[in-house]
Amino acid sequence: MTVLAQDLRLDANAVDYALLAFYFALVLGIGYLARKQVSSSLDFFLSGRSLPAWVTGLAFVAANLGAIEVMGMSANGAQYGLPTVHYFWVGAIPAMLFLAIVMMPFYYGSKVRSVPEFMLRRFGKPAHLVNGVSFAMAQILIAGANLFLLASVVNLLLGWPLWVSIILAAVIVLAYTALGGLSAAIYNEVLQFFVIVAALLPLTLVGLHEVGGWEGLVDKVANGPGGEEQLSSWPGNQLTGFGDNFLSVLGLVFGLGFVLSFGYWTTNFVEVQRAMASKSMSAAQRTPIIGAFPKMLVPFIVIIPGMIAGVSVTELSGENKAALMAGEAAPSGATFNDALLLLMRDLLPNGMLGIAIAGLLASFMAGMAANLSAFNTVFTYDIWQAYIKKDKPDQYYLRAGRVVTACATILAIGTAFIASTYSNLMDYLQQLFSFFNAPLFATFILGMFWKRMTPTAGWTGLVTGTAAAVGVFMLAETGVWDLPGQGASFIGAGAAFVVDIVVSVVVTMVTKPKPEAQLVGLVYSLTPKEKLKRSTVGEDAGWYRNPGLLAGIVLVLTIVLNIFF
Amino acid sequence: MGSDTRKRTAGAFDVRLVIALLTGVYGLVITILGIGFVSDEDLAKADGMNINLLAGIGMLVFTGLFLLWVKLRPLTVPVPEDEENDSSQAGQD
Repeated sequence: MTVLAQDLRLDANAVDYALLAFYFALVLGIGYLARKQVSSSLDFFLSGRSLPAWVTGLAFVAANLGAIEVMGMSANGAQYGLPTVHYFWVGAIPAMLFLAIVMMPFYYGSKVRSVPEFMLRRFGKPAHLVNGVSFAMAQILIAGANLFLLASVVNLLLGWPLWVSIILAAVIVLAYTALGGLSAAIYNEVLQFFVIVAALLPLTLVGLHEVGGWEGLVDKVANGPGGEEQLSSWPGNQLTGFGDNFLSVLGLVFGLGFVLSFGYWTTNFVEVQRAMASKSMSAAQRTPIIGAFPKMLVPFIVIIPGMIAGVSVTELSGENKAALMAGEAAPSGATFNDALLLLMRDLLPNGMLGIAIAGLLASFMAGMAANLSAFNTVFTYDIWQAYIKKDKPDQYYLRAGRVVTACATILAIGTAFIASTYSNLMDYLQQLFSFFNAPLFATFILGMFWKRMTPTAGWTGLVTGTAAAVGVFMLAETGVWDLPGQGASFIGAGAAFVVDIVVSVVVTMVTKPKPEAQLVGLVYSLTPKEKLKRSTVGEDAGWYRNPGLLAGIVLVLTIVLNIFF
Repeated sequence: MGSDTRKRTAGAFDVRLVIALLTGVYGLVITILGIGFVSDEDLAKADGMNINLLAGIGMLVFTGLFLLWVKLRPLTVPVPEDEENDSSQAGQD
């Protein structure tokens, strides 16, 4: 993204800066207001389990609407066209509903404070440590990558030096997460969600106007280098890299739709933490479902601008798009990652431009704050309190949480500078974390429904599953197994899942299970049904608050969208 | 859950007002830009579409709806479980 520095400098004026400054003032204001609510460690790390479902639901989506999502998916839109929607409709919605209906009763009902803590209760210390440490490390790396992307966009758009942007962005995120804890992060995520929409929706509409409406876009894409295939979501061969239609659909459904996305949405504490912060079991179950509604529509304001950029922005259309799709450098020097920025430069006047910049920065900060708030919880509860300083008063852990947040920010500045030395770090990171999530999901599912599964099986399954995914990744990287597109991570996730299940079953057969009495509330068959029930009175009453019904509506809408596109 | 018995101040500030403040100010500023300060160059950029004005009006409408929501369903501070009665059920959602 550095090639085009000159052309990408946006023509921001005083009004744009004022709008940007106003946004940052509100962000810090929320941090300050949220601080008043923090009086215990539970307030700090889980917002005192007190938030309404629409707040946690929007935060659930916004935490995921970070740099990778906004820049990456619009880049995918420019490159692959409409099949990119699979990342949303197949790759997110079913898993979000599954989290809400099946898994949330265990998470919320067992009163654990984090996903690793669930591992501790179900499988004991080794699995807890493996999960806690790998998660914490992953968060610091992702936070650094988010920070770097944030700073590089500031650098590109406004011309500030990279190190100034990195430190300034880090200080702002630190200020509100350390002050207000998870509440500040969540309230800001809700605010960020609306700014992102306010930025991208007008951009999409004006872009569509520019290319002659939906008809015009369809026409131009069909006659462009990608052809008609980019206009329907199935079978998506260009995206997966499989020549065969059947294999492509299979890869999408099993690899992306099942293992990768279920692994990500159901076990990633960054997401689950938002639901855990809600005020009742019913609200916790509704969190991912309420999040699913905007999630269904986000592709329209992320992927479509990408597609528009692919046909209307000079640097990305025609021969440039053809060259980029063939894996070569475009004559113009642009890359698909620039799609959104180039479109903004081409279409938006001052004023709207400032809002669009605020929206982009908002989305990057949302990602980083989510990483930080998940990291400080896991580090404080699952590493510091569990293994290093036990049995201190609650105020000690509240203070520790703030200190840990500050340390994590400093570490993230470090990893941001590491990230700055790689050109395609985002791809690698995304793949790396699918290594951890796919086996984690297998272990979880098995452990939740199979009471015999032993503690030893818990951690050996995780370790071997990750090893399997790394193996596939190495084969694809070294060219032994030729998988272009994003098929490699789909297959890697599948392999991790299968290996984890097989190893867990085999190890369980030869080791000793936990006594059943210790598994109540953690394993399906051993948990009394009423423990998993949500209340249906008071603020949880009414058909429109019934998680099962809401999930049904989301499912039907998603199927309709898949038929239409 | 155990923490229900303690008086909660969480949510004592309403995030909906902060959101409305943001979209209201943004909407106002770009609507004014769209009415009074739109240049031919800006219009040409977006193929004749006055994006500042349209987006500004959209944001102002959104702000109005949000404020209406705040007015119709004001925030209630949760009361401890043992004091809960029918009047506490009109919470926001």
